[in-house]
Amino acid sequence: MSTGVETSPGVARDAGPTAEEPVLEVRNLSVDYGFGDDPTHVLREVSLTLRRGEVLGLAGESGCGKSTLAYAATRLLPPPGLITGGEVWLTGRDGERADLLALSDAELRAARWRDIAIVFQGAMSSLNPVFRVEKQLIDGILAHRPRMGRAEARERAAELLRLVGISADRLRAYPHQLSGGMRQRVMIAMALALEPQVLIMDEPTTALDVVMQRQILEQVMELRERLGFSVVLITHDVSLLVEVADRIAVMYAGEIVETAPARDVYQRPRHPYSAGLLGSFPPLHGPRRELAGIPGAPPDLSQREPGCPFAPRCPHVMDVCRTELPVLGRTAQAEEARLVACHLHTSLSAGEKLPDLVAR
Amino acid sequence: MSTSTPVLAAHGLTKHFRAGGGRVSGRSPARAIHAVDGVDLELHRGQVLAVVGESGSGKSTVARLLAGLIPITGGQVLLDGAEARLRGRRAFRAYVRRVQMIFQDPFASLNPVHPVRYTLTRALRLHRKQSSGGTLRGTELEAALTELLERVHLTPATRYVDKFPHELSGGQRQRIAIARALAAEPEVLLADEPVSMLDVSIRLGILNLLADLRDRLGIAVLYITHDIASARYFADRTTVLYAGQVMETGDSESVTQEPLHPYTRLLIASAPDPDDLAGTGAAAVREQGTGGEPPSLVDPPPGCRFAPRCPYATDLCRGETPELIEVTPGRSAACWGYSEREGRPDVGRVSTGSTSGGVSTGSTSGGGEAGA
Repeated sequence: MSTGVETSPGVARDAGPTAEEPVLEVRNLSVDYGFGDDPTHVLREVSLTLRRGEVLGLAGESGCGKSTLAYAATRLLPPPGLITGGEVWLTGRDGERADLLALSDAELRAARWRDIAIVFQGAMSSLNPVFRVEKQLIDGILAHRPRMGRAEARERAAELLRLVGISADRLRAYPHQLSGGMRQRVMIAMALALEPQVLIMDEPTTALDVVMQRQILEQVMELRERLGFSVVLITHDVSLLVEVADRIAVMYAGEIVETAPARDVYQRPRHPYSAGLLGSFPPLHGPRRELAGIPGAPPDLSQREPGCPFAPRCPHVMDVCRTELPVLGRTAQAEEARLVACHLHTSLSAGEKLPDLVAR
Repeated sequence: MSTSTPVLAAHGLTKHFRAGGGRVSGRSPARAIHAVDGVDLELHRGQVLAVVGESGSGKSTVARLLAGLIPITGGQVLLDGAEARLRGRRAFRAYVRRVQMIFQDPFASLNPVHPVRYTLTRALRLHRKQSSGGTLRGTELEAALTELLERVHLTPATRYVDKFPHELSGGQRQRIAIARALAAEPEVLLADEPVSMLDVSIRLGILNLLADLRDRLGIAVLYITHDIASARYFADRTTVLYAGQVMETGDSESVTQEPLHPYTRLLIASAPDPDDLAGTGAAAVREQGTGGEPPSLVDPPPGCRFAPRCPYATDLCRGETPELIEVTPGRSAACWGYSEREGRPDVGRVSTGSTSGGVSTGSTSGGGEAGA
């Protein structure tokens, strides 16, 4: 995946602000797990662009590196995770660009939360059980705005709770007195406390049931339109992303295998893995038909074979797939807003037709 | 379809857990969590029944009650029409020989210190007999082991028998768990969220395998899930549970396509639907204004448990608990809207025409990651 920065102009969806300006640019980011002679290469030169006001979905199965990408890009990756290369450029509100991976500790500390905020996976357990919600909200605000008075910070905390649909009297509650959905909302309120430009949500609703998931995502999307931040939404549920994201990046085995506008991914997947992933979710409406999922299991990243990591499970596998790693590039149809890493698209000779990938 | 005696049935199944520690002297009498309240279920041979509900709705408790893992507070469990006897070791073992359970997490349900061979042969020795009588051993045991692995599409069997759980992928582990359940040659499989811990791309492989077992061996399957779309895909009939009570039951296709109960409608409108480009589902949820959460199950008040969130609720709903009302043959909903009572809510009755089951999901090969 050594293509440089994505330059293709995006196809704007009808909703939401869609300036073309990138707010977060990940370039050739590589991450290893483990030190010494035999580290596991979890991310291999991943490049990704988040545009201002956009909702970017990161899809993929567990272990494909989507959370690692988010944590590495924000320098939150715990050992033995190690960033071995790449840059993460953040464009500030004033148009100034900074490489997050090159910031000093103090600069990074200031930038976190103010520019980029994360809602973690399992946000249910991300709150400190021994402090009231109020204290946890105020602490964060005061850490970044030391000159703000306590009363003012408390006012702000109450305002934040109301923003996510919780009445302000719950400020005095301890986390265990809140339901799962409310705790999740508190986490979102916290993330929005300093009005960040980028909100990263790592499987924010996996632990919640569908009704609550719908309510929370609706709320985030509404807040996004009001406050104008960009969202990176990480989830394994592609059908959810198709609905809420503007663009989707599909990851497999630590690499991005396809990026395209959400509806295009759904209607015309160009990578066999994207097609297979979409075919793994039985539809709730429309005709019932037999689905197969994807045969085989996701690869073990510590034992990489040469060639395309999806080759052992791919229904369209060719000889070249087993020897050569495909790079992210234009599709055979030369679509504007779409990049795909698959030999099917590069090895086609003139006049040859791409096999039908739509699994549905 | 439901004329034959169900192989496993529950009538008025009830489970109350004691709340708040209880026995400290001088305290008020222990309060009860009404986890499951008066649930009726019927499992028929060669059929899959899905129990759909959100977390805390009591769906796993239902599975554990039917498996005999926790004692029931009230109601009956009928095995082949006769009351199931679960007390005492012999009776319990005779029961579990016919009713087996598969758990959600294959990482936790297999003992990490034992290889596949031990896990499976132990179940075989416990539940099967040698053709000449006596415990299964020797070549017959070996043959039964191979057959089990083949039945869950782990072939060649020799590749898997000496593996430890940590050497297997999640999907393979779940297949081993299914094979272990099959060792008893059960008539009923209770599957408690069998795929929710697995990678999305291999979930369908496991569901197809269970469908295959249903068709080939005529096993009755109880499929517990929170994913109503997979219930539609895999189950013949679907029962929707909310706060420990059955809200609606019927064949999966009509429950998902023409939901009767307001809760089922909310559930279906909330599920992600990529084809819903206009966002009608989202709009419906917003419009209904069904904020809020499931009620506390500690000594719940009378009335429909969904009433506080229901956009149609009337005083009748808040005062009296509705029974399951048969709306059309084979379809029931626990909602006053379908009764003739005075003051009933207007839920906008839908015509429940003949929605035949669509394409059967049966006779699938279940080919999963086994051959990878």
